[in-house]
Amino acid sequence: MIAYLIRRIFYAIPILIGVNLLTFALFFVVNTPDDMARMQLGIKRVTPDAIEKWKQQRGYDKPLLINSAASGAGKITDTIFWQKSASMFVFDFGYSDDGRNISREIQTRMMPSLAIALPTFLIGLVVYVSFALLMTLFRGTALDIAGVALCVVLMSVSGLFYIIGGQFVVSKLWHLVPISGYGGGMGGIKFVVLPILIGVAGSIGSSSRWYRTIFLEEIGKDYVRTARAKGVSELAVLFRHVLKNAMIPILTGVVVVIPLLFMGSLLTESFFGIPGLGSYTIDAINAQDFGVVRAMVFLGSVLYIVGLILTDVSYTVVDPRVRLQ
Amino acid sequence: MMPVILWTDALIFLLITVGITAVWYIRQRPHLMLPWQRVARSSVGMVSLLVLSLFLLVGLLDSLHFRAALPEKSNGQTVYSPEVLSVFDKLVSGLRSRTEKTYSAPLTAYLYAKESMEAPGGKILRDYPRLKYGGAHLADPQRELVGDVAKRALLGAAGGLLVWVLLIAAVFVSFPRRRESSGLIGLDGRSSKLRCARFPACAGMMENKTLRAVLIATLIIAALIGAIANLAAAYHVLGTDKVGQDVLYLSLKSIRTGLVIGTVTTLVMLPFALLLGVAAGYLRGWVDDVIQYIYTVLSSIPSVLLIAAAVLMMQVVIEMHADWFETAAARADVRLLCLCLILGVTSWTGLCRLLRGETLKLREMEYIQAAQAFGVSSLRILTRHILPNVMHIVLISVVMDFSALVLAEAVLSYVGVGVDPTTISFGTMINAARLEMGRDPMVWWALASAFGFMLVLVLAANLFADAVRDAFDPRLNRTEGVA
Repeated sequence: MIAYLIRRIFYAIPILIGVNLLTFALFFVVNTPDDMARMQLGIKRVTPDAIEKWKQQRGYDKPLLINSAASGAGKITDTIFWQKSASMFVFDFGYSDDGRNISREIQTRMMPSLAIALPTFLIGLVVYVSFALLMTLFRGTALDIAGVALCVVLMSVSGLFYIIGGQFVVSKLWHLVPISGYGGGMGGIKFVVLPILIGVAGSIGSSSRWYRTIFLEEIGKDYVRTARAKGVSELAVLFRHVLKNAMIPILTGVVVVIPLLFMGSLLTESFFGIPGLGSYTIDAINAQDFGVVRAMVFLGSVLYIVGLILTDVSYTVVDPRVRLQ
Repeated sequence: MMPVILWTDALIFLLITVGITAVWYIRQRPHLMLPWQRVARSSVGMVSLLVLSLFLLVGLLDSLHFRAALPEKSNGQTVYSPEVLSVFDKLVSGLRSRTEKTYSAPLTAYLYAKESMEAPGGKILRDYPRLKYGGAHLADPQRELVGDVAKRALLGAAGGLLVWVLLIAAVFVSFPRRRESSGLIGLDGRSSKLRCARFPACAGMMENKTLRAVLIATLIIAALIGAIANLAAAYHVLGTDKVGQDVLYLSLKSIRTGLVIGTVTTLVMLPFALLLGVAAGYLRGWVDDVIQYIYTVLSSIPSVLLIAAAVLMMQVVIEMHADWFETAAARADVRLLCLCLILGVTSWTGLCRLLRGETLKLREMEYIQAAQAFGVSSLRILTRHILPNVMHIVLISVVMDFSALVLAEAVLSYVGVGVDPTTISFGTMINAARLEMGRDPMVWWALASAFGFMLVLVLAANLFADAVRDAFDPRLNRTEGVA
């Protein structure tokens, strides 16, 4: 298993290099640093001097891939690619446009993101699975049809509606919790309740329906019929057999997102004013801070790959037949 | 008048041509018709298709663009207005041109904000001024408004019903036989037991559940359209926005943007996904490795971030090359197209993976091995045997993606990486309206209209997608049968 994990981590390296090259191409080849400087400075104030100064401040005043002016290893290291892209492999993301250290910023903003995303994920999982199990239990009846219809309607509603509507009803009409903001410790609970609720409600339709499909697929199999024939009650069949055997497809979809929880949710965080990584990303997009966006892209893909590896590991936990080698 | 063909217009019409060709092709072949007949038998599927085709009609009319000629000529040459309009704009020119000063609630005769006005006695008083167009024909809106609205709505609905009756009658008069013999909309075996001898088509219709559902749906839609159209002639049915534009007009215009995002994205991603997925699965070896590597890299970047990064870069390019575009509409359109391309690039990986898996399974089938043994070339096996057998996956994923893409547009526009701010879309509407929730009294109508229209469109798309999936997915049918 250890050998397998090490091999998987080695496999991840070429993929991360690919991600890195892609972002590099996107950010520095499609648009030269000159273009970015002109865009950021605005059309009016553009002079060659100003562009040079902008590039120098941000370290963009170097050749892209090979610096023929430098000597020795400097030919490769004293370039934009090495300093801006390759350095991301050691999680050195450099500085944002307002002069702050991006790595440090990511560390401090991780906690608020997690405070929202983790409860949303856990509560959501319980709610969706229970709802789906309920529909499976009553499959074929009017209750099931109504449940599926509800799911289809819920998944047709825009995610923005849940946020705007939830904020309006809960915070503005009922004055139960503040509309937005964030605080640490126990006092911070009142800020995170609503985002969590809305996060759970937002994907109840699509997720429950998905789990229902998985359960239905499982319940049509022969071992379930055998269990029923032996006189096992329907509830026991559902919980002891169907739920357990449906774990593999459930884990496939679920474990991948666990590491990505660190990244937070773009929408929720920006609507509720939570100082997490999601709102950091949105602010960077709006301010066109390329350094931050690049860092988040890289971080996101690292976390995704970690998620894929975790998924494989989780299979061995729920299914003893799976052996990783 | 000078016709203008924007990039997305061209792609939409290309898509329509492809669609018509596909319909013609499928109609020739009974085995391909079979699953579609199953779709046609589903009431939900047909009603949602009806709603979708109405949206599509608005979108298509809105895709025929032109620039109107200005009245004055310079040196004998016609000068064209810089504003690009569409046939749809022309049809609802009333809605487009009747702009108020600022917000006004739906179906009202007064403006949202108070203004200083001169009373007859020369005194200045602050009150809600009358609207320039909404309810302008009323002498005393306080008293007459409710009655007038009800009267107009009823009259309009009655007009809609009349049109519906005429239309249905026309359909039955022109094809009384065909409907019966060819079973056009899935008339099943029961239609042969005709009870009503004088109106065979009519009797068949009453026996067919799907046809009945569709007829009832058209009835409701006709009445609704009639009522809204009649009201819209004198009122702002869904109110006006900050700069006084009619919200109904904005909502209808948003439909095209949603449709373009939902369909053109698929159009641009489909060739990649099909070609690479099938090639990876069939050829295996290093081709498979390379293709797998490409889609793993692309899918390992969280899609919102990749889209954000790509759109940011595209913005810089467009900003730097303002001289490429003749009109503002052309620029906004190129941005829309780029957004579709970017969404396509980020979303083809899922379909590609599915197709690869299916091809891996298919290539071990006996009939493929037989073809290989006969020395049929790889290219021919791919096009003759593999491609037709993975088409159902393509179709299902295309219809399922549509609604997700329409929803994604709104979110992306909110994040600031969506369509051009001047493009009317659900996202830009929501973005503009969401800050007005804090006003007192609340400005809710723009937000409600955008969400409402989006819900109807996405719901119809989802229901239709389900009907298509149920008809095409053999695996699903079996499990449903057992359960």
